[in-house]
Amino acid sequence: MAGGTSLNIVKLEGVEKHFGAVRALDGVDFSIDQGECVGLVGHNGAGKSTLMNVLAGTLAPGAGRLVINGEEQRDYSPTRAKALGVRCVFQELSLCPNLTVAENARVFHAALTGLNWRKKAGRLILDKLDEIFPGHGVNPGDLIQDLSIGRRQMIEVARAFTATDEPVRLVILDEPTSSLDAHTAGQLLSFVRRVVAEGVSCVLISHLLGEILGNSDRIVVMRDGKAVASGQAKAFDREKLMAAMGGAEERKKKAAAASLAAARRGETPVCVRARPAGQKSEAQVVARQGEIIGLAGLAGHGQTDLLLDIFAAASRKQPGVEVTAPVALVAGDRQSDGVFPQWSILENIGVRSLRNLRDGLLISRRREEKLAEFWRDKIGIRTPDLSNNILSLSGGNQQKALFARALGSDARIILMDDPMRGVDVGTKLEVYDLIREEARAGRTFLWYTTETEELQNCDHVYIFRNGAIVADLARDALSEEKVIESSFEAG
Amino acid sequence: MNAALAKLFAKPWLWSFVGAFVVWLAAILFTGGYGAGGMVTAALALAVFTVIVGVGQMFVITLGPGNVDLSLPANIGLASAVAMKVMNGDDSLIAIGLLAALGCGLAIGIANYLLIWALRIPPIIATLSASFIIQSIDISYGRGLQIKPPPGFADFTNAQVFGVPILAILTILFTAGSAIALQRTIYGRSVLAIGQNIRAARLAGVKVAWTRFVTYALCGTLGGLNGALLAGYFRGANVDIGNEYLLASIAVVVIGGTSVAGGKANVPGIWGAALFLVLLLTMLNTFGVSAGVRLVMTGLIIVLVITAAGGEKAAR
Repeated sequence: MAGGTSLNIVKLEGVEKHFGAVRALDGVDFSIDQGECVGLVGHNGAGKSTLMNVLAGTLAPGAGRLVINGEEQRDYSPTRAKALGVRCVFQELSLCPNLTVAENARVFHAALTGLNWRKKAGRLILDKLDEIFPGHGVNPGDLIQDLSIGRRQMIEVARAFTATDEPVRLVILDEPTSSLDAHTAGQLLSFVRRVVAEGVSCVLISHLLGEILGNSDRIVVMRDGKAVASGQAKAFDREKLMAAMGGAEERKKKAAAASLAAARRGETPVCVRARPAGQKSEAQVVARQGEIIGLAGLAGHGQTDLLLDIFAAASRKQPGVEVTAPVALVAGDRQSDGVFPQWSILENIGVRSLRNLRDGLLISRRREEKLAEFWRDKIGIRTPDLSNNILSLSGGNQQKALFARALGSDARIILMDDPMRGVDVGTKLEVYDLIREEARAGRTFLWYTTETEELQNCDHVYIFRNGAIVADLARDALSEEKVIESSFEAG
Repeated sequence: MNAALAKLFAKPWLWSFVGAFVVWLAAILFTGGYGAGGMVTAALALAVFTVIVGVGQMFVITLGPGNVDLSLPANIGLASAVAMKVMNGDDSLIAIGLLAALGCGLAIGIANYLLIWALRIPPIIATLSASFIIQSIDISYGRGLQIKPPPGFADFTNAQVFGVPILAILTILFTAGSAIALQRTIYGRSVLAIGQNIRAARLAGVKVAWTRFVTYALCGTLGGLNGALLAGYFRGANVDIGNEYLLASIAVVVIGGTSVAGGKANVPGIWGAALFLVLLLTMLNTFGVSAGVRLVMTGLIIVLVITAAGGEKAAR
């Protein structure tokens, strides 16, 4: 615990970082003691990631002091950070997809030499994976590109905690659970508590306030590039954190919406009927017009595959899947499934609607702009100029652009593949409202999510295990215990 | 003013034109100004052929890593023979001969895509092996072919107004159309999307298979057109007539500012690059260097330009 006698590991004083007119960091003081887990919260764009980049040496601060282990750092760099024992797990995963798990471990640890380095590296990473995520199912010889995003995240985390010739003193975990399901996220957080008790320090960034409140010793809240609140975790609760972040208020319409939806089920026509490829029984996912259907269960148990089958069925007949209206998909893995990196925000939003943007034969720039402007205002994409490159946006805002792409199209059925990864609470609440509004207007949503809280927005939930539906819960029957219970093998 | 200049300098195609201009300047300095205008006319006339296949190759390369059409030389050779045989030296058959060459190129393009799609062969291998088959057909079909183009067709391919070849004017119009197609049509946007991220393109509702099919078919058709025009310009078909367009078609695309990684294409740059390549040869000829040195120089300069042009990183 963070007692008064603890050794200080990191001290940042008056750190500033400006990108053009944007004050990403506006004079931040931040410190971490040995054996302390500091929770860092704030909306997207509040400056959390920038601050951590400064701490990791990947960004040089414009002003301010950086003291590590009592020494002021002048020529600070990622190499220096690593030598001092500062490790990071960033949101954008940093593994080389064309290399194996063991080879990626070796890339990180130059000390692993000799003819049998591959074996040593494999042993090192596997031991750590076993320690953090028992039953992880990863082999050292697996290629990263063949692994699911959840597994990749597990390897990334495990690698940050492995030590060879350099010590591990501080590990920065930026949204470490965003791609993990509830079970593996729990394994990770209890591991974090164990290493913190052993004297390692952690910075934990998460948009799930429950994770922060339950696992941090101290909490720092950031807003608009400043640290606006800081204190013992015990002194905070959900409402206080939300207030400090300046978050949108929690909505209370849930109960009302629930009864409305329950009454409606069975009245509107069926839009989607789909049986998972691995399903042996007659069970199938049924979505009626205007419904929000949740697909739950542990990550990677066939939910995404079903969404992709439904997506494919919209253009070509697929066995076991029936779709009656145009479909659009909101990807969760932005980098590999969503974003076109060479294009502007404008073009990224318009790509799903090109047919409707035409004026005669040619795509009308004016219509393209109008569409993007409409959704920028509606969904709140924060950018000075829609013709900027899509990568100029923060992760959460990129995700909003992907929502705009789907919602701005002619699709009546929207498939969502765990789309809220790494998105802040305020944005999430805005998007939830938008989804409900669109559903009321007659759109149908199929929503795969790894966050049990999000299922509260759904009218009906199907739980998946090993590629098949194992439970089928109406909204009133839904509870966290029920979801977890169905997600694991009975007995 | 400064902002406008900065904007101009940021255009990737500018440098290919600067290069062409510098090479031309070097050549006329050497001759003391003699033949400056003639050099430009000749360069325009020859650049046309590189530009036509360059545009086709650009669309293919923009589809993303691994996409390239290596069958262009064989395609050009066969189409030139087909065009000459169908026209048979008769002015009244010009249109039919041109259509036959276009059809021949289209068929090759479709065959290329079928190989890629049905047999799942990488485009490099598919188009290369197709080119061996096409070349064999050409050799047996065009053996001893000595037919001259119809006089009307030969005159048309060599005609000029005020020192500007008519073909060059038509090709400028064609490239302007291609640039609009690239940025403002569903087809063009689809090509760009696929080249950036084929998975995301599919999930965004882009018709991936259809777009790739159209692109290879288009490239093949342009190869066929080029074959017919070359046969008219050089007064006769020839198996080797398209040989230099393998390297040239790829080089103009890359020098012109199109990304080899796909998803980013540039049409005006193809013109600049084609003029640059032609004028480079002219310059080396004026200097009187031997054929061997000329080849080495051309190769070195292309490598140099590609390195310089590829040095800038995309803004992130």
